[in-house]
Amino acid sequence: MKFNPHHTSWQPTASLEMIRSRAQLLTKIRAYFERTQVLEVETPNCSSYATTDPAIESFQLTYTGSGFSSPHSLYLHSSPEFPMKRLLAAGSGAIYQICKAFRNGESGRQHNPEFTLLEWYRPGFNHHQLMEDVAALINDVLPKARTIEYLSYYEIFNQHLNIDPHQSTAAQLKQCAKQHGITDAERLDLSSKDAWLDLLLTHCIESQLGRNCLSFVYDYPASQASLAKIRSGNPPLAERFELYIEGMELANGFHELTDTNEQQRRFNQDLKQRGAQSQPIVPMDKNLLAAISHGLPDCAGVALGIDRLLMQISEATHINKTLTFPITHA
Amino acid sequence: MASYSTNEFKGGLKFMLDGDPCSIIENEFVKPGKGQAFNRVKIRNLKNGRVIERTFKSGESVEAADVVESNYQYLYNDGEFWYFMDPDTYEQVSADATAVGESTKWLKDQDMCTVTLWNGTPIIVEVSNFVTLTVTDTDPGLKGDTSGGGGKPATLETGAVVRVPLFIQIGEALKVDTRTGEYVSRAGK
Repeated sequence: MKFNPHHTSWQPTASLEMIRSRAQLLTKIRAYFERTQVLEVETPNCSSYATTDPAIESFQLTYTGSGFSSPHSLYLHSSPEFPMKRLLAAGSGAIYQICKAFRNGESGRQHNPEFTLLEWYRPGFNHHQLMEDVAALINDVLPKARTIEYLSYYEIFNQHLNIDPHQSTAAQLKQCAKQHGITDAERLDLSSKDAWLDLLLTHCIESQLGRNCLSFVYDYPASQASLAKIRSGNPPLAERFELYIEGMELANGFHELTDTNEQQRRFNQDLKQRGAQSQPIVPMDKNLLAAISHGLPDCAGVALGIDRLLMQISEATHINKTLTFPITHA
Repeated sequence: MASYSTNEFKGGLKFMLDGDPCSIIENEFVKPGKGQAFNRVKIRNLKNGRVIERTFKSGESVEAADVVESNYQYLYNDGEFWYFMDPDTYEQVSADATAVGESTKWLKDQDMCTVTLWNGTPIIVEVSNFVTLTVTDTDPGLKGDTSGGGGKPATLETGAVVRVPLFIQIGEALKVDTRTGEYVSRAGK
């Protein structure tokens, strides 16, 4: 068949102005970390291990050749968290990285399966101190600094839906969804209470967060701790936070878990859930477990979506406008 | 019956919802970084035209709707049904008043239109954006007034009434925009 250049969309989806704007943003971020003495690092994109998080699917690939007697299975990382924690355990001190992260199955207005993450760790910080650090960085790079609000996970559910996210049952959350305009909530077959919380958060609350300000949401249900420390109490709460601007989730941070046994327990629990939901079973990162057991310093870490931050700066309504070549054009 | 996964969702996809054929207007992938993924969809019910919002768990499947759009020629109306013919196969289909809806105002014998069929039965009849129709009645006075402005009502051969400039006379063929119901120009010869 004859090649016809008119039948391909070879051109970038980002304008040249956007491409320049991204370069400026990265320069400003690097300047911020230089000023605050955080070291830029690089870690591999490929690993023999993958995230066990049931909400995230990794891309799998195969290395064949020198160094391995048989084809070796590798995963593209979904965030550089594990190797960066290994650096922290090795005594790196505060570090940051700007890299591509990869998540299978995520494509839409705010998602591209390959996206740019800024991830950083501050030894000695808890999640509250890190939220302030995040706010300082964001206000440094936004065209106009925004006021900052801090709301607990309980507060946002209580304010917007008049419901207690920690004490409510899945049935009560389903009822709440129906009352708040999700007419087909009855039909939705969600596997856990957390999925109902996610439904309410994404459909009924998110759009109200970060209006003309930076909204930090903190202290998540222990069941959504991911890799955050859980603070005992009634209820026990995960020392985790998210940042929202104009209804968009921009960053997720933890007061990091530093307990090997607990980390292993969560990996196993994730894998059990993966099994129950017929999701691929992936190998848990033994290097991370070894590093934590050697001694991960008390620290807080956060991952921030650069493409989404660029959407905010440029008022783009689709992530594709910030990317040179999104998945459909790559 | 064929089915679609939410991964295939995009504008224009037709599927069955609560027993009615529907078409996707807008599909949004919604997912917290560490949580459940959803597809939040704006859907048009093709039977009654109503637009609703629905949420699906990503990965869910829906039943495909046997909906096809084809060009048909309008033949006649027997008082109860409107009859259309496929110009290639000469096969005829009949549409009821619900399916024809507002299009009845612009339907003229022999004109081509787009018919949406669900399981072989017409559910939507759409006329062209522009149709040419003859004026059967309008106030004949004020001939020579070409100042525009104001205008007057004119009844067309299909019964539709549109506002036309004062110089338009009975028997003239007019081009009309069916989306707005507005006069465009005299039909060029």
